[in-house]
Amino acid sequence: MSEPNLMAESMIQATAPRLPSLRRTPFEGRALKSGFLTGLTWVMAVLASIPLFSVIYMLLVEGGSRLDWEAITALPPSAFEMGGGFGNAIIGTLVMVGIATLISVPIGLFAAIYLAILDPDSKLAHTARFLAKVLTGFPSILAGVFVYAAMVVTMKTYSALAGGVALAVLMLPTVVLAAEQAMTTVPKKMKDAAFGMGCTRAQVIWKVVLPTGMPGILTGVMLAVAGAAGESAPLLFTALFSNYFLSSLTEPTASLSILIFNFSGMPYDNQIELAWAASLVLVLIVLVLNITARFIGRQKF
Amino acid sequence: MMNAIAETAAVESAPAITPGNVVMNCELQKIFYGDFLAVRNSHVPIEKNKIIGFIGPSGCGKSTVLRSLNRMNDLIPVFRFEGKVTYHGQDIYDKKVDPVVVRRYIGMVFQQPNPFSMSIYDNVAFGLRLNRFKDNMDERVEKALRGAALWNEVKDKLKNSGLSLSGGQQQRLCIARAIATEPDVLLMDEPCSALDPIATRKVEELMLELKENYTIAIVTHNMQQAMRVADTTAFFAVDISQGSRTGYLVEMGPTQQIFENPQQQLTREYVRGEFS
Repeated sequence: MSEPNLMAESMIQATAPRLPSLRRTPFEGRALKSGFLTGLTWVMAVLASIPLFSVIYMLLVEGGSRLDWEAITALPPSAFEMGGGFGNAIIGTLVMVGIATLISVPIGLFAAIYLAILDPDSKLAHTARFLAKVLTGFPSILAGVFVYAAMVVTMKTYSALAGGVALAVLMLPTVVLAAEQAMTTVPKKMKDAAFGMGCTRAQVIWKVVLPTGMPGILTGVMLAVAGAAGESAPLLFTALFSNYFLSSLTEPTASLSILIFNFSGMPYDNQIELAWAASLVLVLIVLVLNITARFIGRQKF
Repeated sequence: MMNAIAETAAVESAPAITPGNVVMNCELQKIFYGDFLAVRNSHVPIEKNKIIGFIGPSGCGKSTVLRSLNRMNDLIPVFRFEGKVTYHGQDIYDKKVDPVVVRRYIGMVFQQPNPFSMSIYDNVAFGLRLNRFKDNMDERVEKALRGAALWNEVKDKLKNSGLSLSGGQQQRLCIARAIATEPDVLLMDEPCSALDPIATRKVEELMLELKENYTIAIVTHNMQQAMRVADTTAFFAVDISQGSRTGYLVEMGPTQQIFENPQQQLTREYVRGEFS
């Protein structure tokens, strides 16, 4: 018992003088550099959040004061009128984003299933993926011009329908790519398990891949919805604007983004205040949708 | 009618096998991945209520053979099977056979535990719902979990995620999921390779219990495991004489015979640990 201990001790003594010092040296070059870089990332993280927080702060301060029941229910005021609101624009935005979601989500989801699972390496898949990526960087005003030519000209009227389609064009690539991403990250071993249980390919997709990828898919859909809700350029050519409540999908329709665009350029305080309030409402709508989607789609297991 | 067919199929099987008890008869001629000949000429009869162990060095095709027994390999596009695998006399590679249905009778447990990201209960109920069982679901889930020796550990947290369990528990959950639908044959592809010795022990004990009701084919890298659980052992090896690595069945027989008195020199060297 004691002999090996002695040996170990003598070995330590013999080697001790040659051991390097393990003490911290905070002012040595490498430590300083490391500390500097760590500090830099912290500063940059703060800098990156400044625009977001200042926008939200401004919206709350400027828009919050006018945000009341009248603002969110009444019709827009005319030039020298006081009061008024943007109830029709809220409804218009919700309806058009709804139409766009109804169009883009089914198409996007099925396309993503094809890209992620059914035939990921086919020529069609590579082409579709490439086009979707190009389309994500597509100038949104061109989507408006395209739908103007395809729908507004042929139907001879600006409409909520045309606005919805233009937004759907913009949402589609985001939905496709996010859903594909979410589905490809479902582990292969889970798909194997489902096949091994005797699932058909449709059952594997429906019962395992979609539920497992759902949080990712919903995040993608929400990003697309948030983007679409804030778009104004494509709506200029398709839905235009209206001072009245929506009564038919085939007539010009108000939207929050166009209302903000119109009112913020006017020389009247009342309209400018309403533009601020409308901006705040737009942000709140996106926020509420986002939280709801996360709540529904949160990973339960 | 099924029995009659099963008996005729069993007639041509190896002498050590009791004819009439053969549930599956694998008469494999060639398995290709693209142009690559992965396995050749292997005749493996599988007897009812027994455990058959597939052993052999890496790359000898034992997993490939196992996965061809319930057509899991069909999911690999370049896979091609020549030969016959009869299950109660029916060739599962017949054009008229639906591989999806085959997999419902011939279940599988994989190398990596692979529970779904659902609750423990839903994992076990998955196959039952798939087969549209509606009555006394709770009872069936409990029976399967008891069968997999997991019930006592999870009975109070059936709503928890299947992924929250430890590796050994996850693997037993996968076994519960596989036996819930009461398949005829259970294929296990190195089911313990991702488990620690204690969990391995539990899964092995479980296999010995399960063979009362099921027929089990297990691929294992661990020769001690084959000795502990398998009634019959099939030894596969790699043939490199043709310039590529092709697996084939060298010898098959009662486990004791394979380990103590093998007929082939190659088997003897392998079970003695002279190569791997």
